[in-house]
Amino acid sequence: MPAVNQETTKGVTRYTPFHPRWYRPHVSVYWWLGEWHYLKFILRELSSVFVAVVVIETLFLLRALRHSPEAYAHFQQCMGNPLLIGLNIVSLFFVVFHTITWFNLAPSAMPVRVRGKRLPEVLVAAPSYVAWAMVSGFVCWLVLR
Amino acid sequence: MAKQSNEAFFWLLFSAGGVVAALLIPAQLFLFGIAFPLAWLQAPSFDHLMSLVRLPLVRVYLFVLCSLPLFHWAHRFRYTLYDGLKVKHLTGLIFILCYGGAVLGTVIAAYLLWTI
Repeated sequence: MPAVNQETTKGVTRYTPFHPRWYRPHVSVYWWLGEWHYLKFILRELSSVFVAVVVIETLFLLRALRHSPEAYAHFQQCMGNPLLIGLNIVSLFFVVFHTITWFNLAPSAMPVRVRGKRLPEVLVAAPSYVAWAMVSGFVCWLVLR
Repeated sequence: MAKQSNEAFFWLLFSAGGVVAALLIPAQLFLFGIAFPLAWLQAPSFDHLMSLVRLPLVRVYLFVLCSLPLFHWAHRFRYTLYDGLKVKHLTGLIFILCYGGAVLGTVIAAYLLWTI
């Protein structure tokens, strides 16, 4: 009914401003709990928190090394705290989850084509896993030598 | 005119950090966070670690290991707070806390590795 927005009084036409109503469905703060895909997405994003935890632990290791052999011994003693070991085991799950999701994402982000045909995703992701194994192996060898 | 955005720069840091975190962090965590504290493996001596850390290449490795993953964290954590907790109105504060944390960590890593 156009007459609703348009009032005619005493021969003067007045318009009432048009207020569009946006369609904004209400989304709960817990929207990501309902479905596994959403939960997986949030868990993947939260893996970054555990990555940061590892960096902070590494900074403490460097601080101890910089200070003295006693400080390093104290660092080792602190890392033996069961709570910290528990946190680190949880962190390892998240960090490996990050690694796997990150490597598996690469074929979707960068499709590789050979002679116009897309390479299978496994072949694009595989070199990342090989690199991961080699770098990890080298670091372990260097530290444990 | 399109609004200028620094998003590409932060995204680059995010993805570089993601690669570094994926490749380097699991081994670092497994050795120093689990295997040595639980005595699954013989922990390296102070002298051995110092002889490694004195090598310039190892310092670069450790700097990269500390810095880039923090920017990776800043990016992901920022958007998790925006979307997961729906706190888009605190954008500015969250941005400063996340990237401020990453810059602080980077500065600490640089200082420790420079003076070690």
